[in-house]
Amino acid sequence: MSKPSKKFDSDPNTTGHVWDGIEEFDNPMPRWWLWVFYVTIIWGIGYVIAYPAWPGITGATKGVLGWSTRANVAADIQAAEDKLAPINAKLEAAELTQITTDPELGPYAVSAGGAVFKTWCAQCHGSGAAGAVGYPNLLDNDWLWGGDIENIYLTVNHGIRNTEDDDARYSEMPAFGDDYLEDDQIDAVVNYVMSLSGEAKDASVVAAGAEVFADECSSCHMEDGTGDRSQGAPNLADAIWLFGGDYDSIKETVTYSRYGVMPSWGNRLTEAQVRAVSAYVHQLGGGE
Amino acid sequence: MAILDKHKILETNATLLLVCSFLVVTIGGIVQIAPLFWLENTIEDVEGMRPYTPLELAGRDIYLREGCYVCHSQMIRPMRDEVERYGHYSLAAESKYDHPFQWGSKRTGPDLARVGGRYSDDWHLDHMRNPQSVVPESIMPKYGFLEKKMIDGKYIGDVMKANAIVGVPYTEDMLENAQSDFMAQADPDSDYDGLLERYGEVSVNVRNFDGQPGVSEMDAMIAYLQMLGTLVDFSTFTPAASR
Repeated sequence: MSKPSKKFDSDPNTTGHVWDGIEEFDNPMPRWWLWVFYVTIIWGIGYVIAYPAWPGITGATKGVLGWSTRANVAADIQAAEDKLAPINAKLEAAELTQITTDPELGPYAVSAGGAVFKTWCAQCHGSGAAGAVGYPNLLDNDWLWGGDIENIYLTVNHGIRNTEDDDARYSEMPAFGDDYLEDDQIDAVVNYVMSLSGEAKDASVVAAGAEVFADECSSCHMEDGTGDRSQGAPNLADAIWLFGGDYDSIKETVTYSRYGVMPSWGNRLTEAQVRAVSAYVHQLGGGE
Repeated sequence: MAILDKHKILETNATLLLVCSFLVVTIGGIVQIAPLFWLENTIEDVEGMRPYTPLELAGRDIYLREGCYVCHSQMIRPMRDEVERYGHYSLAAESKYDHPFQWGSKRTGPDLARVGGRYSDDWHLDHMRNPQSVVPESIMPKYGFLEKKMIDGKYIGDVMKANAIVGVPYTEDMLENAQSDFMAQADPDSDYDGLLERYGEVSVNVRNFDGQPGVSEMDAMIAYLQMLGTLVDFSTFTPAASR
């Protein structure tokens, strides 16, 4: 190491490092920087004492504040539940039919149910509840399993044709194309079904289709085609179609059948949530 | 101090500097990583976890191949808003058979850690074919091509062996029957008793997931999605709050 050298009297001392004749001034750190640095060290010591930090043999030090992610989220959820507990208890105790007209429960159930709907139901039924092909529109008056609040509640609570809930609503349309009906019989019945709410593609086979319908379809869809809600058989005479009402779609339905599944929400949501979302769906426009 | 005066030796010997830097980084790494192998809260055991069935594992590989993780995370963080939207927060043990895990931090689409059973198989099929047909506001691309690609699970046993090497407890029995289990899970008319016996009665879905004959990549994908987050029964298991 060479001796510290000064070029001018006002120069600070050098560090004493010399590399290829280049020296380095030993300027002090800016004071503000130094103080921030010291504060971070003190902060670090305090942090280690206050929060979980050092790993040991079976667990880390707990910290004097006893902070825990899981305890925090449990407390957050508990606080929210406690706040809503009184009104949720009332909601759970109320008669289903009284909920929407109750001045206190009605608005609460509808707004809470709206939040549940947008989180859990919108993916199939749409964020505006207008449905999609294969997923019923909940805004209209056409209901597969019934549109009074008790039936809506039952559907939400147990779902439809799922394997997780033994009380799920269940019915199954046969696949008539499976060596059951001849092609011309299917063609005829499709035309007949089209004629119920509009115009058949081929009017000449409607009469033949009516016979097939009476033999094969009327036990579930009723003789006039208006359906049977007790077994989720859709009304075929109202020009509202779940899987499409054109010739090809109806033919596909008759040939291969359909098997719409809805999960059981009683398994995932609380009783109050199920009641709230039932009330929400009931007041969307089609509730009976 | 005498030892500080010696730093010139380090600074002027590149190799020595490299070796010593490496030593320092190694110590730092051991201090951070080693405790994870014995701390109780990082090795928490939960009931219900099982290795993926062959078909689910194939679905998971397709999930990786298609880069689903780029938009979808698989970790519900312990916060109230997440728990209310997605379900119980994820536990470390729930991804213990994932190599690599799919936690992620980028959510263009929703978290999928508990998507299992949330929608019907038909919904998944519609949604994969054309996401906008069921969720008009979605920006997800179409994955309908998955249902056209038929797979036979010829190599799924090898994939399971590779997983077994890194610690997934696949038994000899599971490895031997890998391909037949693979085919059985997508065919409710098959003899799937062995599959259920090996992987568990309750948690294995045996269905024709895509509704079409044969086993397609879509079957594997939906089988995987429909079991995500369903293994731990939170009605009977409450994680220790102290962790």
